[in-house]
Amino acid sequence: MPWRDNSEMEKTQTTLESSLQSVDEAEVIVMREADKAGFDDDEQHQIGMAVRECMVNAVVHGNRYSKKKKVHLDVERSNDSLTVIIGDEGEGFDLSSLPDPLSPENLMRQSGRGILLVRAFMDEFDLHPRQGGGTEVRLVKNLAKS
Amino acid sequence: MSVKLTSRQVGDVTVIDASGRVTLGEGASAFRDMIRDLAAKGNKKLLLNLSDVSYIDSSGIGEMVSGFTTVTNNGGQLKLVGLSKRVKDLLQITKLYTVFEVYDDEAEAVRSFS
Repeated sequence: MPWRDNSEMEKTQTTLESSLQSVDEAEVIVMREADKAGFDDDEQHQIGMAVRECMVNAVVHGNRYSKKKKVHLDVERSNDSLTVIIGDEGEGFDLSSLPDPLSPENLMRQSGRGILLVRAFMDEFDLHPRQGGGTEVRLVKNLAKS
Repeated sequence: MSVKLTSRQVGDVTVIDASGRVTLGEGASAFRDMIRDLAAKGNKKLLLNLSDVSYIDSSGIGEMVSGFTTVTNNGGQLKLVGLSKRVKDLLQITKLYTVFEVYDDEAEAVRSFS
């Protein structure tokens, strides 16, 4: 549900089911906001991919597809950046437990590259426990100054 | 649109033409099934044509890596052709450019197997 506050920031909050369809829905929502914010096609692609990766983590690894658990998507669009916050209701996640996907021994692993791509595509990424349980990630992409 | 996969023979090279989006779910699993099926049938020279792939996520990349391992363990080779700039960027970020042989031209890629 969108609203405007006094600081020229538009926010959208959406609650999504723990399904792969929600991954697509989140991508559509965020891409629409990224387009409105003025990001170019490549930047929109990067933002969309970062959101997909975080949504997959929330749905698959966080909520484990539970119908009882929701994914919380907040999008904040300002004049100079787009902030996306994705929260799950899972058991929590320790980022330091993730093997480095670029080390030679992990290069041929099938999974574990999602966060690497998110970090590559976004200007800011942080992950922390979500109030009330679960994990929350915060992604920021800044608009290039013209 | 999820991924669509077809295969064809160019000499003794099996070319897999992929189009659409290779993402977690049907897209990535179709990818896996196709490569494993061809490898199981004894195809040793596989060329994955990604010219019409508009989007690939980390799961899709994972399936490519898994397919590479499957084919290599069977004594074969899996090479890539027709990567968009975005897919090339993904291989750079993930350092998989050091793993896959990548070609821009199909004829050149086919010749490279001999």
